[in-house]
Amino acid sequence: MARPLGMATRQAYGKALVEIGKLHPNVVVLDADLSKSTMTKDFAKAYPDRFFNVGIAEANLVGVASGLATTGKIPFASSFACFLMCKGFDQLRLGVAYAENNVKIVVSHGGISIGEDGVSQMSVEDVALACELPKMVVMVPSDEHCTYQAIRAAVEHKGPVFVRTGRAKAPLVYDAPPADFAIGKAITVREGKDVTVIANGMLVGPALDAAESLAEQGVSVRVLDMHTVKPLDEEAVVKAAKETKGIVVAEEHLVHGGLGSAVAQVTARMHPARIEFVAIQDTYAESATGEELMAKYGLSEPDVIAAIRRILA
Amino acid sequence: MAQYGPPQTVSQLEKTAKELRRDVIRMLYEAKSGHPGGSLSAADIVAALYFRVMRHDPQNPSWEKRDRFIMSKGHAVPIVYAAMAGTGYFPKEELLTLRKLNSRLQGHPSAKDLPGIEASTGSLGQGLSIGLGMALGLRMDGSDSRVFVILGDGEIEEGQVWEAAMAAAHFKTENLIAILDRNRYQLDGSTDEIMNVCPVVDKWKAFGWRVLDIDGHSMHQVVHALEAAKEQTGRPTVIVAKTTKGKGVSFMENDNEYHGKAPSKDEMERALAELS
Ligand SMILES: Cc1ncc(C[n+]2csc(CCOP(=O)(O)OP(=O)(O)O)c2C)c(N)n1
Ligand SMILES: [Mg+2]
Repeated sequence: MARPLGMATRQAYGKALVEIGKLHPNVVVLDADLSKSTMTKDFAKAYPDRFFNVGIAEANLVGVASGLATTGKIPFASSFACFLMCKGFDQLRLGVAYAENNVKIVVSHGGISIGEDGVSQMSVEDVALACELPKMVVMVPSDEHCTYQAIRAAVEHKGPVFVRTGRAKAPLVYDAPPADFAIGKAITVREGKDVTVIANGMLVGPALDAAESLAEQGVSVRVLDMHTVKPLDEEAVVKAAKETKGIVVAEEHLVHGGLGSAVAQVTARMHPARIEFVAIQDTYAESATGEELMAKYGLSEPDVIAAIRRILA
Repeated sequence: MAQYGPPQTVSQLEKTAKELRRDVIRMLYEAKSGHPGGSLSAADIVAALYFRVMRHDPQNPSWEKRDRFIMSKGHAVPIVYAAMAGTGYFPKEELLTLRKLNSRLQGHPSAKDLPGIEASTGSLGQGLSIGLGMALGLRMDGSDSRVFVILGDGEIEEGQVWEAAMAAAHFKTENLIAILDRNRYQLDGSTDEIMNVCPVVDKWKAFGWRVLDIDGHSMHQVVHALEAAKEQTGRPTVIVAKTTKGKGVSFMENDNEYHGKAPSKDEMERALAELS
């Protein structure tokens, strides 16, 4: 049974930015001709003097953001995940990560749930790229409430932060901004003792749905909202490895380099565990509706259930 | 639909362009998403290329002697699909599969999926570099094929476009022809407002290109410029085509709401009536 949909996480970002703009006069926002899609347009309207649209120029976007950070501003730079991370990566590397500049990268249109626009606008590798930047905090919030907290945390954190948001309406995981949200701390959204699902972004909803379905069949599934991929909550991962029979990692990303890889590394080092991966295999997707793609590429509730069953088999 | 055959006259092309525009409206209505504005502004140029200027064989998309075509502003691919169906690359009915699961007509051009699409685009700024590579390779092989690349005027804000422009002049690729769809709008608003790209003609000249400045909706001028661009001048040529975003559908013209919004049923019917 699918959960009710909340607003898209990009929309929650837009709303949060306006609020943060009021509290933090040093916050400035940059976009690359996608402010209507990333939702920075709301900030642009509220604070036109603190908003810079650099046009269709993502490398410049990141470079300018890093320069602004050196003057004490707190720049939020936004575009689609694929364009910003791929065209701005060298600038992120030297001007943001290596320099440890206080730049916040908030991307929209992460994953394949964007649907019809197809491969060129989809990002299936952005989390891996972000994780490859030393000291970069990497967050993939699950719903509107989690996004609100991620953006609040990003502005408080000193140093580079990456937050991935999505285009599609996100299944609601919380009824209000989770009070126990902290960078690097998983939120246990459901207790369970047989298997643990560690999910983030658009997969937390389906993970909870799967846990509910299996509860009716006597299987007890723990679900962690692992909104922060880096630094990873090692304690929560080890606890899951110790207390349950295995771990399913579920994410809207290529199977290599994202949350799955991070979890596997921690278990391999600290407490080897049986792990199944619900993720996009070694492929790009295509054009279709978001729901069709999530089903075709193995990112829906039945896929999480099948992975849990494989662990219990 | 005009059948692909002998090169069309200017007045035939004018009719064809209108039919392609109708196809675009039908496709986008059926797909429920997509980009009408930039497809319609490029319609006259694309019609002239596919139905007259380009050397190509729809029955044999990988024909060695073909000219190459790249829609660098990939979101305008519906107009290309319409021209491809019109010239016989695939049946017209397939147009209505645009953006649907398992379709070869991806939301942005996919060279892997559809024979006749020369380069996968959709991340703006990449097409001219790819076209330059093709132009260099063809020249190395002694081919007289041309490479045509359609660029958006928002797209030229990408630095890569100017890296390619500088290199093309340096390598004297006279077989490379860029067409700039100068419709004065990008996604967030007008180019004047979002990022001023002026002076466009002088920029290309300064980068060493031959510039032909035309009205991109005068079929006579479009055909004349595309044919002139084939002359061997030792330099790459850019046609700066002044266009209107959404051209041909009154309520879409210069209304950037239709940059990336599909027509409703009512809008589709009104648009088709205007284009009949
Ligand atoms: C690298 C990149 N950045 C952003 C986008 C999102 N985008 C799609 S269309 C568009 C505006 C394009 O404007 P223009 O090139 O003038 O095209 P046209 O007006 O002909 O539609 C943008 C920003 C993209 N596709 N690629
Ligand atoms: Mg334009």
